[in-house]
Amino acid sequence: MKGSSVYLNGKLIGFHQKPGELVEALKTKRRKGELPQELNVCYYSDMDEVYINTDAGRARRPVIVVENGKPKLTEEHIEKIKKGEIGWNDLVEQGIVEYLDAEEEEMSYIAITEEELTPEHTHIEIHPSLILGSVASVAPMPHHNSSPRVTMASAMLKQALGIYQSNFMQRMDTQSHILHYPQKPMVSTMQSRVVGLPRRPAGQNVVIAIMPFEGYNMEDAIVLNKASIERGLMRSEFYRTYSAEEIRYPGGQKDRLELPNPEIQGYRGDEAYRCIGEDGIAIPETYVEGGDVLIGRTSPPRFLEEVTELSMMEEKRRENSIIMRHREEGVVDSVMITEAPTGNKLIKVRVRSQKIPEIGDKFASRHGQKGVVGMIVPQHDMPFNEDGITPDLIMNPHAVPSRMTIGHILEVICGKAHSFKGTEMDATAFEPIDYGGIKEMLLKRGFRADGKEVLYNGKTGERIEAEIFTGVIYYQKLKHLVSNKIHARSRGPVQILTRQPTEGRAREGGLRFGEMERDTLIGHGASMVLVERLLKESDVIEQLICEDCGEVAIDDQIRKKKYCPVCGSTRVTPVEMSYAFKLLLDEMKASCIKPKLVLKDKA
Amino acid sequence: MKVMITTNATLFKKYRDKLPESIVEELEEKTKGMNAKDIKRIAEQVLAEYIANQIQPGEAVGTIAAQSIGEPGTQMTMRTFHYAGVAELAVPQGLPRLIEIVDLRRKPSMPIMEIHLEPELRADKERVIEFAEKIEDVSLTEFATIEENFEDKEINVILKEDVLVEHGIKLEDAVRKLEKEVRRKAKKVEGNTIIFKPGFATLSSLRRFTERILETRLCGIKDIKKAVVLQEPDGSGWFIKTDGTNLKDILKLDGIDASRVISNDIREIYETLGVEAARNAIIKEAKEVLDTQGLKVNPRHVMLVADVMCYKGEPEPIGRQGISGSKSSVLARAAFEETVKHLHTASIRGHEDKLKGVTENIIVGQPVPVGTGRVKLGMKG
Repeated sequence: MKGSSVYLNGKLIGFHQKPGELVEALKTKRRKGELPQELNVCYYSDMDEVYINTDAGRARRPVIVVENGKPKLTEEHIEKIKKGEIGWNDLVEQGIVEYLDAEEEEMSYIAITEEELTPEHTHIEIHPSLILGSVASVAPMPHHNSSPRVTMASAMLKQALGIYQSNFMQRMDTQSHILHYPQKPMVSTMQSRVVGLPRRPAGQNVVIAIMPFEGYNMEDAIVLNKASIERGLMRSEFYRTYSAEEIRYPGGQKDRLELPNPEIQGYRGDEAYRCIGEDGIAIPETYVEGGDVLIGRTSPPRFLEEVTELSMMEEKRRENSIIMRHREEGVVDSVMITEAPTGNKLIKVRVRSQKIPEIGDKFASRHGQKGVVGMIVPQHDMPFNEDGITPDLIMNPHAVPSRMTIGHILEVICGKAHSFKGTEMDATAFEPIDYGGIKEMLLKRGFRADGKEVLYNGKTGERIEAEIFTGVIYYQKLKHLVSNKIHARSRGPVQILTRQPTEGRAREGGLRFGEMERDTLIGHGASMVLVERLLKESDVIEQLICEDCGEVAIDDQIRKKKYCPVCGSTRVTPVEMSYAFKLLLDEMKASCIKPKLVLKDKA
Repeated sequence: MKVMITTNATLFKKYRDKLPESIVEELEEKTKGMNAKDIKRIAEQVLAEYIANQIQPGEAVGTIAAQSIGEPGTQMTMRTFHYAGVAELAVPQGLPRLIEIVDLRRKPSMPIMEIHLEPELRADKERVIEFAEKIEDVSLTEFATIEENFEDKEINVILKEDVLVEHGIKLEDAVRKLEKEVRRKAKKVEGNTIIFKPGFATLSSLRRFTERILETRLCGIKDIKKAVVLQEPDGSGWFIKTDGTNLKDILKLDGIDASRVISNDIREIYETLGVEAARNAIIKEAKEVLDTQGLKVNPRHVMLVADVMCYKGEPEPIGRQGISGSKSSVLARAAFEETVKHLHTASIRGHEDKLKGVTENIIVGQPVPVGTGRVKLGMKG
């Protein structure tokens, strides 16, 4: 078979003698609307293959078609668009704008600006910033930042707290945050406005000073103004939803959502049930904290026993309530009673708590400049300028040079200039910024053109020797709040099987002293510390061992007798060992190995 | 003058028991001509330094060695890169090579030899090149084209004269060698064509015979795929670097400097030269990897690894098949790999765990016998 092979969605469908003409023909037909807009073609000359793709899941982006060095979009079209006579879809249908997928884009010659157009060009960008995705193009002035920081900014935009949905009051998300006083950014991009971000913002414009502050903003930490926080800066509400289902079990038994009877197995004590009503569901607007029952539930016994009396069944039920997470507190916000897909009764309880910024909460600007709060300083201790203005936030200047986030600095100064009249500024990617205008605005208000100001030490009143760069920038509170992460343990629950401490914050667990940590202690020869970490603070037991046969012995407390159940000897000695080791002995016995302990006096 | 020397000799005698021979010798060498008082002061300081540098009893040397090599090793994983050199052969670098060394693979992924020649030979580049050509393993395919005559069940080996000359092989020698290798007399030799008629009935056996002819090595040493000539770093002449190793046969050759024939195949070194050589090879290879990667690891750690691998009299890899799998403690082995296998064989054979090692004692919950766990208090009377 001669000719170029033609593939449709990856499958070979035939051969063609003139691949170039085929591709051109397909493109013209698509532009005329004779073929679907979703179709993309491209010709690989090195492989002599034509690829036609029509399947779903290809990322595609729009560009303006260019013919003979002239964009197909003309002044005429723009006039019509302005008058509202035609819209986007008309442009696509007329073949003025077309969507390219990654493959076809690779074979196209796309001009970025109209000036650079040559007859060889096949397309022209609608706007240079369209090379960015919908998230990346929300950050202002990315062309002034280093690429890693743009990536980080894009990642953090998605973690910012704001108003994620306007129906959040009706929703029962497992976890959600709502920012109390969201503001729309003073410096925004075209795309963010298109997306509708100003209507559901995720952040606030804060007054920033870029200076070190008594070491409390070292290593990317930020210092917050206590008065600002008390006025509601970056305050948010945290919602967590708990749910319980009335599950049916085989044999006609089922869970019951109710206020459990005190006689029930595993009853948590009256105190734990104080916030639930007769129906077993928490009462809205009551204060709840860790361990409180939110939904009372009882379940049938786990194992079916011989039922002699019918009434016995009732008492055997076990407590299976949903309790509030440990070390969390809040107010019952709302309750929903509905039906699960299985047809069972389903209850959801949403608990709300206010999260006021505190030391350890994470904040970020839209330039990948992130940091946690290192200190909250009373307003009277914050530096102030001649007008008595104190910053809301103090960021350390060391965060800038190595990261090369010029966009951050520019946003501060632009934000400052526009804050005088509360005007908004466009900072779309690759759009030139009118620095002259910014300068003028600052000078007109009596500020320095470079954004620096003379500040005075809040504690001593002395003038700070250096002029401090001050301005207004959009900051975001990110969803990583310390109060949801803080964790420590001295004593606490242990696992049933090994009697070692549990793992994880939710289970009040310990921090794992792992293999590499163990190696470091061995390396230091700190044997006694090792024993303390691995045994004494974990799962020590004093196990009776028979001196004659080396088996685990018994202490019969009723008969006041210690003996070996295997050989009957009473020569038994307590031996300190880890419970995990005793478990290992038991498991070895279960797999037909008889371990035997030979006891010796400590030399 | 004479008196001086005798006093020095008695002076050093005291240190001979306390310091290694080599250090005392160096001391003697460097203090020549000094007065006794100064020598004594220096010697005392050397002794103090020597004692201060000794490892204390109970130091967890193994763990420290593992950490000291492992910590910079984590960096190495990312920094491994490949060369595209001309004369320099591509050797596996970094972590993959280090793993190869401690795993003691049967063949390194890139076996290499460095062959240095006798002083009079190595200065002459032409002769070194000649030597290199001589050891290169060349099979018949390079010397001849082979035609199979299925009709007469004959095989014609047409030797290329120019190639033969290049390698300095005479036609008769080639014929003799070929006949010996295939254990068949040639039917006849016409010019540079050797005709074989092995007398097989089937075509497939004839084809097998052809293949055997093709594999025949006419000159060179087995496994030496390529030999390149490089300049000695000190400029004293040229040496040979080869792709492929064959320590045993190379050492038999005349004209080589046997003390400077280096292979990177540790197993081969062990088989030809013994454990001590293998131990040194492990140290040399591992150190080379760490040095080329720019990692500063104290050579003592590498030496410890080599010692552990070789102390049994035969080099053993580190891992399930070797050191870790042959520990005396049942619990320590079970804690490493193949838990059930070790426990079961131990129970069948009635093994006892003396709880002498680190891992065992951690398992049972006793102080480990290193550092503070090593010392015990005794009572008088």
